[in-house]
Amino acid sequence: MSTPPRRYADPYLAGVCLGLVLLAAFVFAGRGLGASGAFASSAAGVVAAAASPSRAAANPYFARYLAGDGPWREWLLFEIAGVIGGGFLSALFAGRLRAAIERGPNISGRSRLAYAFGGGAVMGVGAVLARGCTSGLALTGGALLSAGAWVFMIAAFAGAYAFAPFVKRAWR
Amino acid sequence: MNPYAVAVLIGITFGWTLERAGLGSAPKLAGQFYLTDLTVFKVMFSAIVTAMLGAFWLSRLGILDLSQVYIPETFLGPQLAGGLLFGVGFVVAGLCPGTSCVAAATGRGDGAMVMMGMFSGVLVTGLVFAPLREFYESTSRGSLTLPELLRVPYGVIVCAIVAMALIAFQVAERLEKRA
Repeated sequence: MSTPPRRYADPYLAGVCLGLVLLAAFVFAGRGLGASGAFASSAAGVVAAAASPSRAAANPYFARYLAGDGPWREWLLFEIAGVIGGGFLSALFAGRLRAAIERGPNISGRSRLAYAFGGGAVMGVGAVLARGCTSGLALTGGALLSAGAWVFMIAAFAGAYAFAPFVKRAWR
Repeated sequence: MNPYAVAVLIGITFGWTLERAGLGSAPKLAGQFYLTDLTVFKVMFSAIVTAMLGAFWLSRLGILDLSQVYIPETFLGPQLAGGLLFGVGFVVAGLCPGTSCVAAATGRGDGAMVMMGMFSGVLVTGLVFAPLREFYESTSRGSLTLPELLRVPYGVIVCAIVAMALIAFQVAERLEKRA
């Protein structure tokens, strides 16, 4: 494959498309998009499988994911499976499928992976406390004018800007 | 239509759009926090404005019953603290939970590591949840919206957010030119 990857879409056009996807979710599913809920539901499923289901159900955080149809029938898990498929197909058609560790010019691949894991874990704690992430809370709640979603969004940008100087070496 | 089929279809279009915008690439997202590449902000806010206007007008025209759409609930303290922590994790990881799935799906090892970190963070927080529970349940305001909080009509808030976004897009373009 010698053809160069296609250029990224215009961010405003991509944003309008993303907004229409979100609107379609409101109309056809009665809810918005999400991501962290899929992680929470699968974590609940793993705890239920590793411990006993009754012990897992006694956990006040995981219990709600174990009620009803169980953690593996969560709507967001199916949605995230779609996200993975859609991201893959888009990159395939744009010539952007590539095994790589993306990082700044001044950080080793190994350090980058450690930052990725550590940053992901901190986001996990934040998403549990806030009851959502950039998709389920900021984007969805932002469009529906949820007060908590706007508090979360402003706090997340503030936290990221405040901490950015400390990890400048990872990116610049 | 089967709700799971709807979920997969919505997910495919969601993942496709994120990848097209370049949001499967961590250095591009990180550029947001060094003001060199404001794609994250531009995509996010044009999406919020589009979906907000769509929800407003579809509900006005009687096509969408907003009372049937789940509005994320407000817990002021936990969402403030969780948001700050989330932001710190975001700039370290360079990807958020949704975009990490796109990065991993396109072959990026760092995306897969963010997914594993995210899963571990949620798992461990869930396991040690008991002492956090009081804070987690605190400052609950239910499905409070900005029009209710500020006692301003829905349409006025919608107009204000559109105006703010249009100004912010101009600022974003200037910042990128300067970088």
